[in-house]
Amino acid sequence: MTEDVENIETEQADENSIPKNRVQFLSFTLGDEEYGVDILCVQEIRSWEPVSRIPNVPSYEKGVVNLRGAIVPIVDLRDRFGLGHLAYTPLTVVVVLQTKTESDQSRVMGVVVDSVSDVIDVDKKTIQDAPNFGTKVSTEFINGLASVKERMVMLLDVNKLLRLESLGIEDEN
Amino acid sequence: MSIDMAQFHQVFFEESFEGLEIMESGLLNLDMGDVDEEAINTIFRAAHSIKGGSGTFGFSAVSDFTHVMETLLDEMRDGRRKVTQVAVDVLLGSVDCLNGMLTAIQNEDEVDDNKVNSYKKELEIELNGEQAEQPSAEISVAETAEPVINGQGWKIAFSPHLDMLKTGNDPVRMFRELSELGDLTVTVDFQGIPSFYDLNPEECHLSWALEIVGTCTLEEITEIFDWVEDDCDFAIQSLLDVADEIDTNESEQKTEVETAVKQDPATLSPSSTPATTPAKAKSEKESTKSKGSSSIRVDTGKIDTLINMVGELVITQSMLSLVGEHFELNRLDQLKNGLSQLERHTRELQESVMKIRMLPISFVFSRFPRLVHDLSTKLDKKIELVLVGENTEVDKTVVELLSDPLVHLVRNSLDHGVEMPADRVAAGKPETGTITLEAYHRGGNIVIEVKDDGKGLNKETLRTKAIEKGLISEDTVLTDKQTYELIFMAGFSTAAELSDISGRGVGMDVVRRNIQSLGGNIEIISELGKGTTIAINLPLTLAILDGQSIAVGDERFIIPLGAIVESINITEDLINRVAGKGETFRLRDEYLPIIRMHSIFNVQTAQAKKLTEGLVVVVDGQGMRCGLFVDDLLGQQQVVIKSLEANYRKVEGVSGATILGDGSVALILDIPGLVRLSNQ
Repeated sequence: MTEDVENIETEQADENSIPKNRVQFLSFTLGDEEYGVDILCVQEIRSWEPVSRIPNVPSYEKGVVNLRGAIVPIVDLRDRFGLGHLAYTPLTVVVVLQTKTESDQSRVMGVVVDSVSDVIDVDKKTIQDAPNFGTKVSTEFINGLASVKERMVMLLDVNKLLRLESLGIEDEN
Repeated sequence: MSIDMAQFHQVFFEESFEGLEIMESGLLNLDMGDVDEEAINTIFRAAHSIKGGSGTFGFSAVSDFTHVMETLLDEMRDGRRKVTQVAVDVLLGSVDCLNGMLTAIQNEDEVDDNKVNSYKKELEIELNGEQAEQPSAEISVAETAEPVINGQGWKIAFSPHLDMLKTGNDPVRMFRELSELGDLTVTVDFQGIPSFYDLNPEECHLSWALEIVGTCTLEEITEIFDWVEDDCDFAIQSLLDVADEIDTNESEQKTEVETAVKQDPATLSPSSTPATTPAKAKSEKESTKSKGSSSIRVDTGKIDTLINMVGELVITQSMLSLVGEHFELNRLDQLKNGLSQLERHTRELQESVMKIRMLPISFVFSRFPRLVHDLSTKLDKKIELVLVGENTEVDKTVVELLSDPLVHLVRNSLDHGVEMPADRVAAGKPETGTITLEAYHRGGNIVIEVKDDGKGLNKETLRTKAIEKGLISEDTVLTDKQTYELIFMAGFSTAAELSDISGRGVGMDVVRRNIQSLGGNIEIISELGKGTTIAINLPLTLAILDGQSIAVGDERFIIPLGAIVESINITEDLINRVAGKGETFRLRDEYLPIIRMHSIFNVQTAQAKKLTEGLVVVVDGQGMRCGLFVDDLLGQQQVVIKSLEANYRKVEGVSGATILGDGSVALILDIPGLVRLSNQ
């Protein structure tokens, strides 16, 4: 009996501490691959709309849009990860991500993905480190791998994705 | 009961600096011969509120210092002391000192004690010199003190202003309340009572020294005085603190009226700061630091307008949604009306929001009377400063960035422009020179003029000097305007010798650069022997720009209207190709490089590929002219500048972005950046 009670208690404690060892990700697809971003970084999900092109930037930086008065850059993740181009349709999805920079200012960026699939609940312990594929495939944005219902989801590091922009300047200079 | 005092610090500093400005301008305007009582009152009040505030927040150094100033001013106010130039100068010095102290405290730096003490000493010398003449007024009797029980208790010096009774406050009632807190000893000082003839029974001429023994807290006492705070001088001191100062030889109790005890205010109030607060203030220092960065005081009128406008907007919105709910074609008129109303309200709303950022130019101008006063004394010149249009409003950023260039221009006028009194008389001009600072609106711009009636710029001297310095060659032909503009060139100084007033490193070239970086320009009009006018032309705000939208393919760009010289269709015979690389075209007698927008920005959809098919917009970027080759000009419009860098990064050739009427984003071109880009 006493054991049972203890079990119940621990279960309850587990429930309360969900944020501690479980994280939620928004998963989306790019071609056949499935990626996930920390759901706390997702500001909103929009459909694709024409952007204003920015001259002389890498092709994956599609341009900027007006998001309720803020100028927000749009990055094509397919292009970014070298997955080939897919024509934009009204069903193409833009995930608007948000993060804080070191100077505590929030930065917003939209990423173009094929489709949003699910919100997944992942136990932190089960997240595997990103495998090293050598130099051929860039894994710098991948934080880890999680498997959900036999599918592998690559978890992206949003901060790195967004910081990419500032690195771009140094590269160009 | 711990209120976060730090949140009020910013307000206190703002008010104090405002108070300092009032004191300064008041002091400068004091006429020695005929002193305006109200003017002194104003100065006194400003000093008083600084003292009060600093006491409240535990800045004891400031309140002590201000107290001495206040005492001096008080005597002037009562006519007990003559207003002398010396006294005014000492007070002016003290204002500076206070300013320094407050700035130091605000920035959490160390206060320069030596400086403070020397000013304080000066003030005290000024003060005591006077007091020595009327020693009779000083009957300093040792404090009446209840034997201290466990060291608990407070000593209060309470001197109501003359008009306190008129506000309905009755000291007796307050004392009754106080007596509930502990054992109360009341000692009245009726020294201030005038002769029976002059006595106005509605005025309060008494002051009191109170002592309360008991376990009450400071808050409890101040609460009682809350209502009269503005109508009296009062100071509280813990008996613990004064215990060692007091001879406990006299102990009288519960007498309503005592022997006359004239309390020298100078000895009592400096200790008015409760010893508890400084520590508290210190612990909250960190939180103030971030808050101190940027704030703006807005006229409540402006906010009211804004609230009104939002109200209107909400009404229009609900009206529109009503129309939309059951829309039939016969309600089209209603819809159109609603939309035009919406448009009007939105525009008004935008204008009033913009107005919030607007500050009167007097924020900059107000520092000049002092500057002119000090400099003219130093230079032995007689100068009158005239300020015109101080209420002209301009964007906060512009105001902040404008003050340094203006100081430089005014210094220049003082030093080089206006002549010595003797020279002026010899030239048949009034002995006193005039410098006018004028601000007014012209179109979407604000114009600020610094005008003097001095000797004017000598074209010949300028020319000779420029040749001497190798800035121009001897056969260069210059128009008047170009000649005057020589003074903006780096390394050019018209002063025969450098003084510490001008020639301090900030040259006119820096002034011009600053003004240009604000999107403005600077112009000189001068007449030899009559004077010089320097006019600064600035955009009203940095957030809105007059732009020309252009089309390149299916992309839209905005060119700042100020950068555009003209737009032309060019013909083949005007075009020259330079070694297969660059292209130039002839505009009258000038050859200008052509920047093809479609190739520099890689626009695939551009329609005009041949130079004769499109348009060339001649632009001026930091003195360099060039022609931008575009498909078409679309229209002029005011655009709101948005930062690209907030979420993205800097893009070469682009200074920002804006949102067009259809919600899409257009880039604002940065002409100097484009020129750099095309040179790569």
